[in-house]
Amino acid sequence: MSGTPKIKLTDVHKSFGQKVVLDGVDLSIARGESVVVIGGSGTGKSVMLKSILGILRPERGSITVDGEEVIGMRSKDRDRMMLKFGMLFQGAALFDSLRVWENVAFGLIQGRGMERAKARDIAIEKLSQVGLAESAGDLFPAELSGGMQKRVALARAIAASPEIIFFDEPTTGLDPIMADVINGLIVKCTRELGATALSITHDMASARKIADRIAMLYKGRLIWVGPAATVDHSGNEFVDQFIHGRAQGPITMELRA
Amino acid sequence: MDFLATVGRAFLAFLSHVGRLSAFAGTAVSHVVRPPFYPRLLLRSMIEIGYYSLPVVGLTAVFTGMVLALQSYSGFSRFAAEGAVATVVVLSVTRELAPVLAGLMVAGRIGASMAAEIGTMRVTEQIDALTTLSTNPFKYLVAPRLLAGLVMVPFLVLVADIIGVFGGYIVGIYKLGFNPASYLARTWEYLEPLDVISGLTKAAVFGFLISLMGCYHGYYSRGGAQGVGTATTNSVVSAAIMILVFNYIITALYFGK
Repeated sequence: MSGTPKIKLTDVHKSFGQKVVLDGVDLSIARGESVVVIGGSGTGKSVMLKSILGILRPERGSITVDGEEVIGMRSKDRDRMMLKFGMLFQGAALFDSLRVWENVAFGLIQGRGMERAKARDIAIEKLSQVGLAESAGDLFPAELSGGMQKRVALARAIAASPEIIFFDEPTTGLDPIMADVINGLIVKCTRELGATALSITHDMASARKIADRIAMLYKGRLIWVGPAATVDHSGNEFVDQFIHGRAQGPITMELRA
Repeated sequence: MDFLATVGRAFLAFLSHVGRLSAFAGTAVSHVVRPPFYPRLLLRSMIEIGYYSLPVVGLTAVFTGMVLALQSYSGFSRFAAEGAVATVVVLSVTRELAPVLAGLMVAGRIGASMAAEIGTMRVTEQIDALTTLSTNPFKYLVAPRLLAGLVMVPFLVLVADIIGVFGGYIVGIYKLGFNPASYLARTWEYLEPLDVISGLTKAAVFGFLISLMGCYHGYYSRGGAQGVGTATTNSVVSAAIMILVFNYIITALYFGK
């Protein structure tokens, strides 16, 4: 890893009331690298992503993108910074009132002021990249299956050819075959764009397929970070328990909120 | 001590709520006057509020005018003042009943719909998606609705003024046996521009408040379908209360002396 990291988190803390969610997260992601953060539900994975995006504001620490501090960034600068990002949300988060092509072209039209006709052509092209026909562009999100919605969300995430793409639980709620299709598309799209990718998931098949490096978040801290190929021999009992999905081990489920 | 602590906590929660609402309103208004603007969304909100609310506001107004004519005739006949029916109808409708009843009907129809729509967007991460697509949710979701409420509720009230007076006229002529020409003459005789203007001022304030409460409760809704339901209820109840409170304040400002 050389030069300025694309994304760097240093000692990031975030709490909600008394509940500490991020408790000093340190992570550095190089340009063009694909990092997957694994961890159980409620360990702060989504909070970490939203903190980088500025949707949530950490109480302490530093987050830089291309060396530029994003915590406390002014709204105008943040809008400019957001042009570098694309994001695939867990539930797709497609706009119900817009047609599929308008969803895909949304960032181009609203964020970059592109003409609708030109943006539509790009949207159709991106839809074909994720295996959807032009005719799907005129449907509304509610008319699509879960897998198709994820594909549309992926097309939207890559529509503006972003430098950085975030994937929030990209395969949740999909059958294994469709999950593998989505994983394949994620690898293909990020490689074609040369984008830096940060994904969060608890699906190990997904993590193995799309990650260059894997990090495990537990109780607000990254307890292990290493190459994806070494995750099965991490020597970390928490990682071992998680990747094998065992109920017994150092990770205990909190049954009470 | 427990009782005092409970009261204190409730008071602090109230102040926090007022502070958050004030900050929300300030931010929203600042986005109304700063570009980029979304004329398409503004037009859509104006049609939704102005055009689609016409039937319900019209029905409310016509029956209000009719009942008012009947009631005032019945009451005034006790002291031989039946001739004041037309004047009472026009003043009551333009000053009070049209703005307040139209406001309450629009709060039920539009405020609830705004809270439900924005609330659903919040819990399905569509608002976060807007941010990642370089689109400010205040500019895109809140500003057009506030402006549309401010402009279209006065339009609705103007229509309600005409329909309400017409309702009184129908009852006056066909049921109570007034002479049409003298009823109309009485309607105009004591009507002053300030009567209509005060009603329209109220309508503009009510329109703003309805949109504000709908957007505010939707924007901060939490916890899935139940949270959206709560936001919808709260938006209608708070808008209705604010309509009644501001109705008194504006009436006192116009006619207090």
